[in-house]
Amino acid sequence: MWIILGIIILLILFVIWSYNKLVRMRNQVKNAWSQIDVQLKRRHDLIPNLVETAKGYMMHERETLTKITEARSEAMKAGSVGEKAKAEGALTDAISKFLLVVENYPDLKANQNFLALQEELTSTENKIAFSRQNYNDQVLFLNNQIQMFPSNIIAQTFHFQEEEFFEIEEKSERETPKVSFTTPTT
Amino acid sequence: MWELISANKRKSVILFSIMGACLVLLGYFGGEAFAPGGGVYGLLLALVFWLIQSVIAFFMGDSVLLSSSQAQEINEWNHPKLFNIVEEMKIASGLEAMPKIYLINAEAPNAFATGRNPQKSAVAVTTGLLSKCNRDELQGVIAHEISHIMNRDILFMTFAAVMLGSVFLLSRLFLREMHFPSRSRRYTSKSSGGGQAQLIIFIVAIILAVIAPILAQILYFAISRKREYLADASGARLTRYPEGLASALEKIAFSEAELPSENKVTAPLYIVNPLKKGLNLSALTSTHPPILERVAILRSMGGGSGYLAYQNAFKKVTGKSSLLPASAMKDFTDVSAREPSREEEKSRKEKVRDIGDLLRAINNFGFILCACGLKIKMPPGFKNEKLSCPRCGREHEVPFVAMAAATAVAGDSVLPEKNRQEYQRKGHGWESFQCQCGRIMQLSPSFQGTHVRCNTCGSNIKIGNRSPHHGDTETLRKIGINPRSQASKH
Ligand SMILES: [Zn+2]
Ligand SMILES: [Zn+2]
Repeated sequence: MWIILGIIILLILFVIWSYNKLVRMRNQVKNAWSQIDVQLKRRHDLIPNLVETAKGYMMHERETLTKITEARSEAMKAGSVGEKAKAEGALTDAISKFLLVVENYPDLKANQNFLALQEELTSTENKIAFSRQNYNDQVLFLNNQIQMFPSNIIAQTFHFQEEEFFEIEEKSERETPKVSFTTPTT
Repeated sequence: MWELISANKRKSVILFSIMGACLVLLGYFGGEAFAPGGGVYGLLLALVFWLIQSVIAFFMGDSVLLSSSQAQEINEWNHPKLFNIVEEMKIASGLEAMPKIYLINAEAPNAFATGRNPQKSAVAVTTGLLSKCNRDELQGVIAHEISHIMNRDILFMTFAAVMLGSVFLLSRLFLREMHFPSRSRRYTSKSSGGGQAQLIIFIVAIILAVIAPILAQILYFAISRKREYLADASGARLTRYPEGLASALEKIAFSEAELPSENKVTAPLYIVNPLKKGLNLSALTSTHPPILERVAILRSMGGGSGYLAYQNAFKKVTGKSSLLPASAMKDFTDVSAREPSREEEKSRKEKVRDIGDLLRAINNFGFILCACGLKIKMPPGFKNEKLSCPRCGREHEVPFVAMAAATAVAGDSVLPEKNRQEYQRKGHGWESFQCQCGRIMQLSPSFQGTHVRCNTCGSNIKIGNRSPHHGDTETLRKIGINPRSQASKH
């Protein structure tokens, strides 16, 4: 009698523990996703300053600068996830091209102002990459938990769903990585 | 989240418990040797002793450590690059809160992390590290430190260090009593002939007093070394670039400079042990694995950057069995290393100048970045509201002086209080101004609100609307407003 009661209590405790763990993991996935969003917005905010500062020095690079500004406004306008993926990918391309061209302008590179902006931009690009990395880790942990016995029973009962990874389709040239976006389903 | 942490913690806890047993046994037999039946008191004494020290370490550990190494806190504005790197690693590791960043003015390159939990942590780096390392290397070092925070190594190592200290002190106390018997050793006169048991206890106590400190030290070092390897492995995985950490460690290893104010207890917290550097001590009595071995492992990861790659490299280089339990690895897919980041290597002179600027910034110098590219420095207590650039003659408003003056005119106290700041917008373009704490606040063209909150000092700053006679948007757009200083007019 007491043994059965003990087993029932242990089972209930296991369900609660397991459920909480899944909730915690799902929240971590959400947090990681919002971090990506924050960094993408930060990038949008940086570009006008960057273009303004570079304009005076890069007389012969009107095209590069226009492209970057256009890519930014496209990315800001983008509504659906698919559009966003394409636009942000194009912006990444434009930025890496811009950073390559900058190498030809020593005067611009001596400008403290520009250096400060360049640092911000470089770091923002890194942060986008690192937040994506962390997002994928979190998704992996969650998906493992959902698939593995015995937590899979809890996950099925409470309708926890597996999340999609945030993948990058790598092109052959390294300078122009193409980013593809997927949102978490929750 | 980190299966790895718990798996590793189990082993550490076992070692830690054996250390605890050393302490308890020492206390018991020491007490019993002084007076029959005194064992329980000895045991209690040892435990209370350890507990008190642990509580002190728990609540004051980081502040003692930071102040003993004369670390100064820096903010985003003081050193954007370092701040960014720490933030990058914070994001990569999924740490909830941004660690505080401290700078130690010392030529020896080194770094450490402190803090009793991941919500309240700090990393400290020396000026030597900043001036000698490039971006990838700094990133590697910071990733190693953040890994210590994530793995909760700091608190654990502090407790272990305190326990080691307690064992040392207790054994020394006991042995000194043996040498200079005081009145507490009453039993010698009373029980000279009697009690063979007492004699045995006495011998056991002496043996324990000699062996326990050595054993405790070996255990402590074993725990510490393992955690260093693990932080290296996590660091490589976070950055996806093992070479960054490897070459930073190499630079630290070959640096001649010595850290000044160090003691034995804080040594294991540094990324590379500041005390025994260069000396070839036996593997058992060192808190850190030999640096060059750590470098060799990181460089043998064969293009990978995950735990599996580190594990294989570890086996290959040290010849020892595995570092991580298989159960911990299943949660991690292996990942390949990234390309090095593109960065202009600065000259030695430029780096020295940067460090000088940084130290001045911490000590309340003001800076304005002029549109011509010059960085203008103002000493603390600078009073003029306007300042012209020595190179191009552009006139700048000095943000913090203007702000102080504005609040003074508005009838508030001379020094602006928290929550009493106000900034008057000058146009509808990009604008930036300085909060009284020194943080640079940016207003985007789309900003519509009436208040902004400073994330550094928490004060709520009122944003006044553009007054018509101030500069208009178009001119501001044309001159190219910079993000970190007041807009300037030609
Ligand atoms: Zn370390
Ligand atoms: Zn100027």
